[in-house]
Amino acid sequence: MSFNKDPEAKKSGSGFSRRGFLQGVGVSGGALSTGVLETEAQAQTPAGVISGETAITLQINGKPHKTTVEPRMTLLDVMRNKLDLTAAKRVCDRGTCGACTVIVDGKAIYSCTALAIDSQGKQIQTLEGIAQGRDPHPIVNAFVENDAQQCGYCTPGFVVASKAFLDKNPSPTYEQVKEGLGGNLCRCGTYVGIRKAVLQASSKLKGGRNA
Amino acid sequence: MPNYNWPDPSKRKVMGQRINRLDGLDKSSGRAKYPSDMNPEGLLFAVMLTSPHAHARVKSIDTSAAEKMKGVAGVRVISKAGTEIQWAGTEIAIVAAESETQARDAVRAIKVDYEVLPHIVSERDLSKVGSRAKPSGEQITGDPESGFKEAEVTSEGTYGIPVITHCCLEPHGAVIQWQGDKVNHWPSTQAVSTIGGELGRALEVPAENVLVDMQYMGGGFGSKFPADRWQIEGAHLSKAAGGKPVKVFLDRATELTIAGVRPSHFAKIKIGAKKDGTMTSWQSESWSTGGFGGGGMAPLPYVFNKIPNFRLNHTAVSLNTGPIRAWRAPNHPQASFLTCSALEDMAAKLNIDPVEFFTKNAQFTARPEMYQRQLAKAAELIDWKKNWHPRGQGSGPIRRGLGLGINSWGGAGHASKAKTTIHPDGSIVLELGTQDLGVGTRTILAMVAAETFGLPMSMITVKLGNNRYPASGPSGGSTTVGGVSSSTRKSTVNALYKLYETVATTLNATPDQLEAVDGRIRVVGNPDKGMSWKQACQKLGVNPIVEMGENDPKKPEGLNTAGAAGVQMADVSVDMETGRVKLNKLVAVQDCGLIVNPKTAESQVYGACIMSVCAALIEERVVDSQTGRVLNADMEFYKLAGISDIGEIVVHMDITPENDKRGIIGLGEPCAIGGIAAIANATANATGVRVPYVPLTPRNVLAALQGQGRNA
Repeated sequence: MSFNKDPEAKKSGSGFSRRGFLQGVGVSGGALSTGVLETEAQAQTPAGVISGETAITLQINGKPHKTTVEPRMTLLDVMRNKLDLTAAKRVCDRGTCGACTVIVDGKAIYSCTALAIDSQGKQIQTLEGIAQGRDPHPIVNAFVENDAQQCGYCTPGFVVASKAFLDKNPSPTYEQVKEGLGGNLCRCGTYVGIRKAVLQASSKLKGGRNA
Repeated sequence: MPNYNWPDPSKRKVMGQRINRLDGLDKSSGRAKYPSDMNPEGLLFAVMLTSPHAHARVKSIDTSAAEKMKGVAGVRVISKAGTEIQWAGTEIAIVAAESETQARDAVRAIKVDYEVLPHIVSERDLSKVGSRAKPSGEQITGDPESGFKEAEVTSEGTYGIPVITHCCLEPHGAVIQWQGDKVNHWPSTQAVSTIGGELGRALEVPAENVLVDMQYMGGGFGSKFPADRWQIEGAHLSKAAGGKPVKVFLDRATELTIAGVRPSHFAKIKIGAKKDGTMTSWQSESWSTGGFGGGGMAPLPYVFNKIPNFRLNHTAVSLNTGPIRAWRAPNHPQASFLTCSALEDMAAKLNIDPVEFFTKNAQFTARPEMYQRQLAKAAELIDWKKNWHPRGQGSGPIRRGLGLGINSWGGAGHASKAKTTIHPDGSIVLELGTQDLGVGTRTILAMVAAETFGLPMSMITVKLGNNRYPASGPSGGSTTVGGVSSSTRKSTVNALYKLYETVATTLNATPDQLEAVDGRIRVVGNPDKGMSWKQACQKLGVNPIVEMGENDPKKPEGLNTAGAAGVQMADVSVDMETGRVKLNKLVAVQDCGLIVNPKTAESQVYGACIMSVCAALIEERVVDSQTGRVLNADMEFYKLAGISDIGEIVVHMDITPENDKRGIIGLGEPCAIGGIAAIANATANATGVRVPYVPLTPRNVLAALQGQGRNA
């Protein structure tokens, strides 16, 4: 089986990688739980160290959200616990399952592996922004039409990952869909519907070959 | 008199249609609020300290430092000094704080001194578990000895399937607020109508005062019935904090360590058969564990339980590992894997095509004709005749094979009460204390009601997920759709009959002469004589109709019944050099009686097939023998299949007039049973070697190819 759980491989369609994430971790105020991250982060630590409650502003779905965070808090936890943006879910909390996927500066990332304090100044797009505005992305309805969900807990992550994937690959083949969404996991087993949903959404996108 | 029978299939307008789930958009837009999404004002976060040792005694516990830490609202000891811990992950203490990070810091400041005791965490080798083995008595049917004498061929093998976890994506937990004498409870549960009473008993609060609400939940699979210890502790923390709400959800490692497992099952099986394939005798010595409580015997021989002679011995093994919880079709996937593996080994020994062998021996099942027909259908869908070859007759490094597995399940509807209200404005509300775990229960209820009333589904409001509504049973054993559809049918028919009584005089007819079709109440046989639904409801004046309906499992009155059957067939390719097994195709032919919504029913079967792929090829909880801890209590190493790992899946719902007449039968469990056996048998067919242990990882496959752990 191709259990390509290396995010390097599985998020290739959307440009995210664990290595890229590690290189990107600049400020590191807190005790991240894995040795790897600490080592990497220390190597990158710039001169200033931030600790304690810090006021930040996050640009989410085009709007500024002010809050206070500890530097060690992930973007995911701050969205869920401080901003009541709960579409992104916390499942593995380790950058494996994709339930917390959001789009940051155009790239799909696991928000459990990004620090909130590091996400300032970036354009963060969550499912709330993709699905609940005036013009929801066609992928949202395609998930309904193709019954690409059961319990629905992985669904927000899959919808966001699918949107990011279609942004980069508006006319994917069936094989590309399987590769492009390899970074998300579902327990109920909704993959058959998800494959169909992504292809159906692609057919509704302007400029897509499947249109 | 009200007639509860399901409408004839030719007359159904809504039931049987492929309907999108009503809450689909709420889920795919992120609006659906799960218990773990609740953020009530003043929320505190609870974090548990759990035991790092598999077997130990708590000598002392000191929470004083934690209590003084910033943001901490409360600390409770769960396992007091002197408590003997029987598995790693046991709850030791719990902290509530203003933020989760503060709670984690405080948990780290709790000092616990343990006396570490010896542990046993592996059951694969029964000779090494000593007094942890608890044999149950021998069961004998017929005369196994003479059955083996009668046999012309015997086949023996050892087979094993490991402990796996539920790995629900939403972890176990709840948000709880205990304020005064009232408890607000937002649990992730499979039991909306019963969990409040259970929590109330533990808290000594009257059941009436526990308000449970759950509109969505992120997966249970059998593991989310109880008001768990951490929920009870969360409630106490809430009370101690002056009634602030507390969020208590397990972290992923704890979730995979203590929130439930499916028991393992190992067996040495001997079968006797005649040369024509007819089985004459069965003998099995099996053992299993589901943690400290041991493990019950799977139903062996599975489905073929009318083999004339058999002898069964089972040993439960008590281990220092996290406890068992029901796992989608308890003990059936294991039984199917063990039985179907042994049967296919016998077929290979006799040089008989397994489809032929299973078809012949279907005489020893409860439903021979059903299985024979399903075997033929599945064989057609996977093109068995063209693609199958005798075991091991492939060549080259990549070898293809086919295999099959079977399932059986009860699935009669549980006890359920439904309330229907028809308002004078024509709107309709259904209320049930049931839950939609993601199988599409909401949608099915609206379909059943729309069918009764001859109205579009958009006119029906379904209210569920709250214990203020009439009680329905927990969602376990594939009993929900049968139960709640039947109670809803009765409740809606009762309500409609009241409406008939109201308008009958106006229509110059008796209530029994009326029918509700296409938004009208009209006289049967005289469609022009009628009135619109709205007009009829206006006759109610100011009083709505409120009617109940009940499904009594002892008297389902033909609306639901038990006894689903199905067959799975798999097509795999095995890389003989790397030991990698790739699923090309999995076919499922599944009966579940009357099918309300084929769209969501198929989704359940697709999902069950994918779960079978996970269990057959990758899933296994691994416990370290030295430390007694779960080594893969995370989602990097507790693997689930991804979207590219599952091959092609073909689902054929066995919809026939005969099956439809049986009423509704539960579906969730049966379809999750046979896939593991099918994939394991396909692998044996491809490689020519029985890989005795699943998951069929490269390690297990290569070991078998190299002759280790291989059956003779």
